[in-house]
Amino acid sequence: MSVKTMRDAINEALHQEMARDSSVIVIGEDVSGGAGGSSGQRDAAGGVFGLTKGLLPKFGEDRVIDTPISESAILGAANGAALAGLRPVAEIMFSDFFGVCLDQVMNQAAKFRYMLGGKAKAPLVIRATIGAGMGAAAQHSQTMYSMLSGIAGIKVVVPSNPYDAKGLLISAIRDDDPVIYLEHKMLYGESGEVPDGDYTVPFGEAKMVREGEHATVVAFARMVPFAAQAVDRLEKEGITCDLIDPRTTSPLDEDTILESVRATGRLVIVDESPPRCGIAADIAALVAHKAFRYLKAPVTPVTPPHCPVPFSPDLERLYIPSPQQIEAAIRAVVAYK
Amino acid sequence: MQLSRDAILSAYRKMTTIREFEERLHIENPKGEIPGFLHLYSGQEAVAVGVCEQLTDKDYIISTHRGHGHCIAKGCDVSAMMKEIYGKRDGLCNGKGGSMHIADVHKGMLGANGIVGAGQPIAVGAAIACKLRKDGSVSVSFTGDGAANQGTVFEAMNMAVVLKVPKIFVYENNGYSEHTGSAYSTGTKDLVQRIAGFGMQVFDADGFDFFSVYEAFKQALEVARNGGGPVAVHAPTMRYFGHFEGDPMLYRAPGEVERYRAEKDPLKNFRTRVTDAGLFEKSELDAITSEIAAQIDRAVADAKTAPRLTEADLLTNVYAAY
Repeated sequence: MSVKTMRDAINEALHQEMARDSSVIVIGEDVSGGAGGSSGQRDAAGGVFGLTKGLLPKFGEDRVIDTPISESAILGAANGAALAGLRPVAEIMFSDFFGVCLDQVMNQAAKFRYMLGGKAKAPLVIRATIGAGMGAAAQHSQTMYSMLSGIAGIKVVVPSNPYDAKGLLISAIRDDDPVIYLEHKMLYGESGEVPDGDYTVPFGEAKMVREGEHATVVAFARMVPFAAQAVDRLEKEGITCDLIDPRTTSPLDEDTILESVRATGRLVIVDESPPRCGIAADIAALVAHKAFRYLKAPVTPVTPPHCPVPFSPDLERLYIPSPQQIEAAIRAVVAYK
Repeated sequence: MQLSRDAILSAYRKMTTIREFEERLHIENPKGEIPGFLHLYSGQEAVAVGVCEQLTDKDYIISTHRGHGHCIAKGCDVSAMMKEIYGKRDGLCNGKGGSMHIADVHKGMLGANGIVGAGQPIAVGAAIACKLRKDGSVSVSFTGDGAANQGTVFEAMNMAVVLKVPKIFVYENNGYSEHTGSAYSTGTKDLVQRIAGFGMQVFDADGFDFFSVYEAFKQALEVARNGGGPVAVHAPTMRYFGHFEGDPMLYRAPGEVERYRAEKDPLKNFRTRVTDAGLFEKSELDAITSEIAAQIDRAVADAKTAPRLTEADLLTNVYAAY
């Protein structure tokens, strides 16, 4: 066990799984970088955020594949490689770029096992970044897990800390079905205790980040540490909350959420994805359906507004749900009579 | 090349504005006041200006993520551009787009774009509008060697040929697709052949030389304006900075940029050409450069102190409210 950043935890998982299983390949734009460059230096990038650094020198060009800027072909190739027995880990630099290649996710990867009568499997992982906060504007800042979770046949993973990031990625690579693994770019530098060896974190099992009695807070990705700030502040006033990090939006650990809401009767859902048809609305519907008589206050989502991510940091700050907004929402549901 | 003194001066002014704008951003960016990603165009000025000097506000261009140069060449307001890049309310897109989405539709500049290869089909649509208007207007897309490998670009080229629209595909090959050399990422060694394979005429240009780009584009434009359907211009060039500001550029040989700056620089080329021909004194050009540097100084100072966006601005232009 040692302290690692989320970036290093993900990198370590890739190294260990590639070493363990020779069928694991990595494919994407600049995943090593430097091919065809004038310096002759390979591994010059290791992915635009450095997540795949060091893989090329260790595992070679046949398994660490730099591609042209061709997202549809990257995911199509990952699909084909998976059908043919490999375990590809494809990288889509920004999840916004699913806009370029959604067919390979939605109509291909997601459908193989079911549509082919269970006779095919597509064990691929698609890693991509999500989240606002870098001033990267409307086409490089979106949080796509809600939309992607609406596609039957895709598992969607959203780690919020380095420990889960490593364990969930190892689970994703070993999974026999297509998994989209979404990394919040504002969390890459966050540190935490991470075992040096390999371990898995199962899908569909939420983590209870805080335990309390007055309200339930469900949060995803970067919203987990934001919600933890709010919950910890309120604890000083004697307001305590269950803080649940589902860790995967598909499958979703409904039981942990329902059990907590049945005990507290009050629910705040913190979600950086768009508010319409999103995971917050989905969980609100779940609770309305399966825990209706336990509710003591309106289920309260905390999400960005229904607009594109603005460029200017003055607006981006207002767009992203803040710990203050989360705190206010918890106060409101707890005070509700 | 028979260009009037005014035309030459105008081109020099535009190229210098782009250079001063970008070099200044490179200096300002580490100070931490500029949000987000910056992709600078320094080194490629001859392409944007060689093309856009021959267009009017009725003609459309669509740019790439490296869009400042195209914007300036198409006549966008430099001070408003700077404010946009600083994320201010009076920016060209009211601070909501930033460097990567800078645009001025009224100038026929349909935008920089954060999605590599997204602009080319959009430009085909603009070309359909040009064709329907029957006023000789054209639509131009700028495409890097990276975008040249996107499926959307292939689809756009084929559709433009099928629809016989007045569309000019300008390929500016700066040698690098982000952090990977185009020598690796472009399968063919002959991009011109590939483009021609879609069924359009390709005009070759030296992307370091304004006059070469101007001449090649002039011929392309004549075909497109006169109903000859889509055509292309291929202009090899070189970017002086990284894929984005902050890129350590480990993929580039040490001294590569310095060598290009010393030996192939499009602005130096231009100055030498017009002073050697006796058209202008060096001092005349220097005076223009100083004047533009002062303009950029003012643009930066204005951008830094410009009014900021507030909560009231967050939901303006949202038409499907919730």
